Amino acid sequence: MTEKLVVIGAGMASGRMLEHLFEAAPDAFDVTLFGAEPRGNYNRIMLSPVLAGEKTFDEIVTHDADWYAANNVTCRFGETVTRVDRKRKVVSSARGELAYDKLVVATGSAPFIIPIAGKDLPGVMAFRDLDDVNAMVETAGKPNAKAVVIGGGLLGLEAAAALRGRGMEVVVLHLMGHLMERQLDPAAGYLLKKELEGRGITIHTEAQTKAVLGEERAEAVLLEDGTVYPADIVVMAVGIRPETRIATDAGLHVERGIVVNDQMVSSDPDILAVGECVEHENICYGLVAPLYDMAKVAAKTLLKQDAAFRPVETATQLKVTGVNLYSAGDFAEAEDREEIVLRDASAGVYKRLVLKENRIMGAVLYGETADGGWFFDMLKKGTDVSEMRDTLIFGQAYQGGGQLDPMAAVAALPDDAEICGCNGVCKSKIVGTINENGLTTLDGVRAHTKASASCGTCTGLVEQLLSLTLGDAYNPAAVTPMCGCTDLGHDDVRRLIKARKLKTIPAVMQELEWKTSCGCAKCRPALNYYLVADWPDEYADDYQSRFINERVHANIQKDGTYSVVPRMWGGVTSAAELRAIADVVDKFNIPTVKVTGGQRIDMLGIEKEDLPAVWADLGKAGFVSGQAYAKGLRTVKTCVGSDWCRFGTQDSTGLGIRIEKFMWGSWTPAKVKMAVSGCPRNCAEATCKDVGVICVDSGFEIHFAGAAGLDIKGTEVLGLVRSEDEALEHIVALVQMYREQGRYLERIYKWAKRIGYDEVRRQIMDDAEKRKAYFERFVFSQKFAQVDPWSERVSGKDKHEFKPMATLSLEAAE
Amino acid sequence: MNAMSESWVAIGKLEDIPRRGARCVKNGDTTIAVFRTADDRVFALEDKCPHRKGPLSQGIVHDGCVTCPLHNWVISLETGRAQGADEGSTATFPAKVEDGRILLSLRSAAEKAA
Repeated sequence: MTEKLVVIGAGMASGRMLEHLFEAAPDAFDVTLFGAEPRGNYNRIMLSPVLAGEKTFDEIVTHDADWYAANNVTCRFGETVTRVDRKRKVVSSARGELAYDKLVVATGSAPFIIPIAGKDLPGVMAFRDLDDVNAMVETAGKPNAKAVVIGGGLLGLEAAAALRGRGMEVVVLHLMGHLMERQLDPAAGYLLKKELEGRGITIHTEAQTKAVLGEERAEAVLLEDGTVYPADIVVMAVGIRPETRIATDAGLHVERGIVVNDQMVSSDPDILAVGECVEHENICYGLVAPLYDMAKVAAKTLLKQDAAFRPVETATQLKVTGVNLYSAGDFAEAEDREEIVLRDASAGVYKRLVLKENRIMGAVLYGETADGGWFFDMLKKGTDVSEMRDTLIFGQAYQGGGQLDPMAAVAALPDDAEICGCNGVCKSKIVGTINENGLTTLDGVRAHTKASASCGTCTGLVEQLLSLTLGDAYNPAAVTPMCGCTDLGHDDVRRLIKARKLKTIPAVMQELEWKTSCGCAKCRPALNYYLVADWPDEYADDYQSRFINERVHANIQKDGTYSVVPRMWGGVTSAAELRAIADVVDKFNIPTVKVTGGQRIDMLGIEKEDLPAVWADLGKAGFVSGQAYAKGLRTVKTCVGSDWCRFGTQDSTGLGIRIEKFMWGSWTPAKVKMAVSGCPRNCAEATCKDVGVICVDSGFEIHFAGAAGLDIKGTEVLGLVRSEDEALEHIVALVQMYREQGRYLERIYKWAKRIGYDEVRRQIMDDAEKRKAYFERFVFSQKFAQVDPWSERVSGKDKHEFKPMATLSLEAAE
Repeated sequence: MNAMSESWVAIGKLEDIPRRGARCVKNGDTTIAVFRTADDRVFALEDKCPHRKGPLSQGIVHDGCVTCPLHNWVISLETGRAQGADEGSTATFPAKVEDGRILLSLRSAAEKAA
């Protein structure tokens, strides 16, 4: 008979234990999982990036409802276990009793709330779960919001940096003399303090908190020395204590934590415990690596296999974007210890190694942390470093011939070198898995080995291993920097623009640490687009950051003259329009008139000075700019459809015109060309467009991601919809999704391939709520985009663009 | 005329040119592009890229350089020389700002050296 396993606590440790269990023996247990939070398991380490807005909650979920369902886990989330009756082997909750054969207690830890007056006021919170994060984000959204963070340790500083990044005024109160005193020495603590102060965070060390002040809710924090800091929220991040109440009540042996042996078994042989609630050999653990080790051992114990948990050294990294900090081991000074220190104040680098008998005892790295893993590896193995002592501090790249190539350094790592500290994954495991499974992406490695899937700081190493293993077959497109002015890729820049609410080009360059004073011709147009797309109502378009064609709203030709293409909605024109064009051509002696591939008329060879006058005449006939120069909506080609064609199934011309009138003026990452064909004979060639529609009797088949330029590619089918209204909504939503996610100059077919056609279908076809939200955002941004640039300039805008500054007679030079 | 007595011509006010932008000055058959950088320095180049004669005045101005609108050559505003792997150079003209007015000398640096 299947044994009944009850697990109390749905956190990272128990989640990992269940994974191991189901991997080894999917049907060994009938599992019921209790969790206090009303949601599944997520990666708690990544709450800081969620608070900073750099990740979404969805991205950090590790086990969702589907996973539990697939493994037949009965989930009882939001339900608290109130009692364990060990004699009868049942647990009780509000819904009654449940019997177990084996019980696993994984209740984790509770934040330590310092017992001061006012600690229970609304606005005082911990930084422990998603509810805390949501409460903080909500307050941060208010103008001039102020936060006081009590505790200058890892968690407190991550919270402080994230809240500051969201625009709050932040004060950090720390009891000790320097920040993160458990992980850092005073020098590194000082550098960190300076860095955070530079970001506008006030740091008060040796701060004795006396009380939280406030009537209805927290208003300020009072210190023993009389200092008062106003606060809308007070975040307590002073530490955690193992959550052991249920175990104590059940009569288990509990000291600081639930006491377990090497097999993770408590004083009751049928009750195991894992995670932060556990005490093993007088030590309680709070970092993820040992918790995962416990999970592995507990799974084996449940399956009656041999395994033993051994205490491990742990290393720490601070997850604050832009701060590089690594510490491992023990770095207190002592008689028999030596230290090696490297300081480079101008570069903000500080490295300190503590040695004892030629072995590394501890390492603190600030500013440059790439060698952290290497030092940590030697620390754990007790490697004798006497041979390389002189150059040890300069890192691995300096050993053995001064090879500075980071790839060479990774290649030189031994097979058993630990790459991912969180999940204990070594080099040979990653390389082996890449080869066995034919992996080609970082996500693939994460899925198969878990390496880089927790805190993510080893991502660079994993990518280097991918690159080493696959050679040129690995294309790390995601990490290519935008241009020489920054190390960030397009996706990171887009994400950070949103997360940190950066709303001008100088703000982006300042906050994201651009390496040049005002960017270059690659990044400025990209940033200008991202800001236009993300803040349509607030951002003032920077014309000096647009390419000439978009700046003057015409297409520059090889001789410096321009071409002008007015819109012909859906490719339909009239005698009056054609007459107006003919008149303009005569009046301005335009040398060439050409029909374009997008069903309209191009006038080429116009002098720049004549452009406003040409537009004025065209405007009188009702023409607006065709935006034939724009990274934006170009044309919507149509066929004559059911109006004339004996095969036409729908009014393709009408739909094309409707789409063009709805979407003109919108800026997109790269140009967008569309077409609507009235039947599957496809005279409008819709199946090689960015977005195309093929009308059929039953409705409208929407296509996307075609190409007929440098690359040739037929479209993918998005789906079939019944009505014109639906077709418009789906197309607009698709384009808005592309506007929000595409990299500058990346056409739809490349973007869609990168994120996956199914993902596009899922968001646009299947998720009506998402589709409507995209649609609404597009409509909102059109309010600011649908202004005819030609008529603006005819009325005098940007006059300086079209006139010489001065015309000098030759005499003037004398 | 000798090198000591440059003859300066006032061509307009500094504000006539947008920051990180350019305007043209026509001098007979020659077009001179006058650039204003983000930090309000002014430079003047013949409005012709050494590559395919693209109008540099229409390019994007960044730091001390302009990127040609035709094929993205990057030209130094100070020296007129192509940057990076590209080779070639464009005539430069002395330019300065006095009391908010831009003054241009019409003898190109090359002529002066001759």
